[in-house]
Amino acid sequence: MTRVKMELKEKIISSYVAFENDIDINSEIHDIRSEAFHNFEKLGFPTKKLEAWKYTSLNSVLKNDFSLFPNKENTVEFADVKKYFIHDIDTYKIVFIDGKYSSFLSDVTHDGKDICLLSSALSKSKYKAVIENYFNKIAKQDNLTSLNTAFADEGAYIYIPKNVEVEKPIQIINFTTGSEAATLVQPRNLIVVEENAHVQIIERHQSLTDNAVLNNVVTEVFAARNSTVDFYKIQNDNTNASLVDNTYIEQKTNSVVSVHTFSFGGNITRNNLNFYQRGEHIDSILKGITIIEGKQHVDHHTLVHHIEPNCESHQDYKGIYDERSTGVFNGKVIVDKEAQKTNAYQKNNNVLMSNRATINAKPQLEIFADDVKCSHGCTIGQLDDEALFYMQQRGIPKKEGKALLMYAFANTVLESVKVPEVKSRINKLIATKLGVNLGFDL
Amino acid sequence: MLKINNLHASIDNKSILKGLNLEVKAGEVHAIMGPNGAGKSTLANIIAGKDDYEVTQGDIELNGEDISELAPEERAHNGVFLSFQYPVEIPGVSVTNFIKTAINETRKAKGLEDMPAKEMLKMIREKSELLEIDRKFLSRSLNEGFSGGEKKRNEIFQMAMLEPKLAILDETDSGLDIDALRIVANGVNKLKSKDNAVIVITHYQRLLDHIVPDFVHVLYDGRIVKSGDASLALELEAKGYDWIKKELV
Repeated sequence: MTRVKMELKEKIISSYVAFENDIDINSEIHDIRSEAFHNFEKLGFPTKKLEAWKYTSLNSVLKNDFSLFPNKENTVEFADVKKYFIHDIDTYKIVFIDGKYSSFLSDVTHDGKDICLLSSALSKSKYKAVIENYFNKIAKQDNLTSLNTAFADEGAYIYIPKNVEVEKPIQIINFTTGSEAATLVQPRNLIVVEENAHVQIIERHQSLTDNAVLNNVVTEVFAARNSTVDFYKIQNDNTNASLVDNTYIEQKTNSVVSVHTFSFGGNITRNNLNFYQRGEHIDSILKGITIIEGKQHVDHHTLVHHIEPNCESHQDYKGIYDERSTGVFNGKVIVDKEAQKTNAYQKNNNVLMSNRATINAKPQLEIFADDVKCSHGCTIGQLDDEALFYMQQRGIPKKEGKALLMYAFANTVLESVKVPEVKSRINKLIATKLGVNLGFDL
Repeated sequence: MLKINNLHASIDNKSILKGLNLEVKAGEVHAIMGPNGAGKSTLANIIAGKDDYEVTQGDIELNGEDISELAPEERAHNGVFLSFQYPVEIPGVSVTNFIKTAINETRKAKGLEDMPAKEMLKMIREKSELLEIDRKFLSRSLNEGFSGGEKKRNEIFQMAMLEPKLAILDETDSGLDIDALRIVANGVNKLKSKDNAVIVITHYQRLLDHIVPDFVHVLYDGRIVKSGDASLALELEAKGYDWIKKELV
């Protein structure tokens, strides 16, 4: 197994020269890439020996013979992929097919804001200042982020200037077509939201066949003073598609950023969600619903770093695990000595529907200030038999009763979703997953 | 309506019901009284189909059909309603959505279409007025944070909505103040007809001042040891259960 893994690493390393052929290697960006490349060369892929990867092994994914740079321009028909969009409302769309921009499926703008491509932002001089100020400024130097940075070239670039409230949500969708037996894609997103601006973003990675896919995504979000960012991640992919989502968010005074992660399917899904609070009166909201079955695996690694005083963070993750699925919740909260009057809340509730499902839950609180309110609650249970009997007694069959209980269980996360169409889509996905039609949205 | 023949039941190999017989006809109200641990709630749960209990002997007939093998929801679809002694809290599901689901699942089981929304709303309005329930209450999560009295009132509201043939009220009077007791009893009385029947399980006479039983039974040590009319309840209130225990020796 180790030998096989070396092969992918070697393959990536030896392909770097080819990658450099196609890009401008005399830019400052390329210095960043090169440094990250050497970092990955040194670190390699994460193994279970690393504390952060103790419960998630990528071995089975990495043994695939990935093609690193699918050269073909693949196209898809809108009718075939419409269902993966939130299509009942008008939205901006930044769409990629096998890592390449699809202008046909996209709807971008430069009108008063930039909702476009990272490749052009990296190469055009008018974006230079923003790129210099923000690109790769908060992304960690760990294994997979370094791998992404080394090849960082394409993805969504969103720049919302001061006082602009973006009038409709932005969808970032990455399709993989399975034109290769195994595809590795590494989207790189940069989102800068200036003072008093407001944006809503929906992100999805979707494989269109059963061929193996590994998405290694890095997203950096900068939320300036008084800004509001609502981010929705819809993860409902094929069972041969794996995702490592590395998201880094820096917030300034009075900003509010929420990230909702809906993990309903995929092979191995790893969410590394990191918040850094650099200002006062910041609110960071991290919410998630995980519903998986089969042999699927979802791992949420969250970090909230409270750096300055008077800030809040709210975490609420719900998980429902059936059959032989496995879950991980690792929620780390750091409160620096200066971050007095911090309020940090963390909740992680899990239901195991089967004897063979497992969840590893680990809250990690590192508190160096003395005047703070930090709470964490973690539960692992089964569905309440008393409640089930109560519902059956009122004529609701067991299956529907279970579904109703699961809906209700997950509902505390759904209720804070601000885009109604996203909420109803998630409701539908849950209903389909549970195989019921309750006839109403909770 | 209901006919229970020589019912024996146990939980974790502990025998609770030991040869219980009971017949309830349409239009009747029966009260079941008895000391703690006699098996009253067990009887209610077994009729409703809770599978924690093992029925080792005997059968339960509803309108001539043996229901002892049916799932709880199938019994509910056949008209059995149990008002719980401790109604379960279900956060995240509103009273309205819950009752809608219950009604429509029951209709589905009978091959009927969903109840039209307008009709449902009208019914909810009427029944909530009957139980003097504030409309705001209906959008709250089911039983979550309800007071004891609100929970019981909500049980009878659901009963009113579901219009069961056989309603079993398991200590519906516990946790009720005098006003709530009157409202609940009044609701039950209004729902009573010649086509349905009610079994009231209670420790106290006071509920029976409002819901007047045709028969009163004493359940002791897993069997019905004495039956009589409403006056038996008064006698029990005055004298306790010891004299019955003595009679049995």
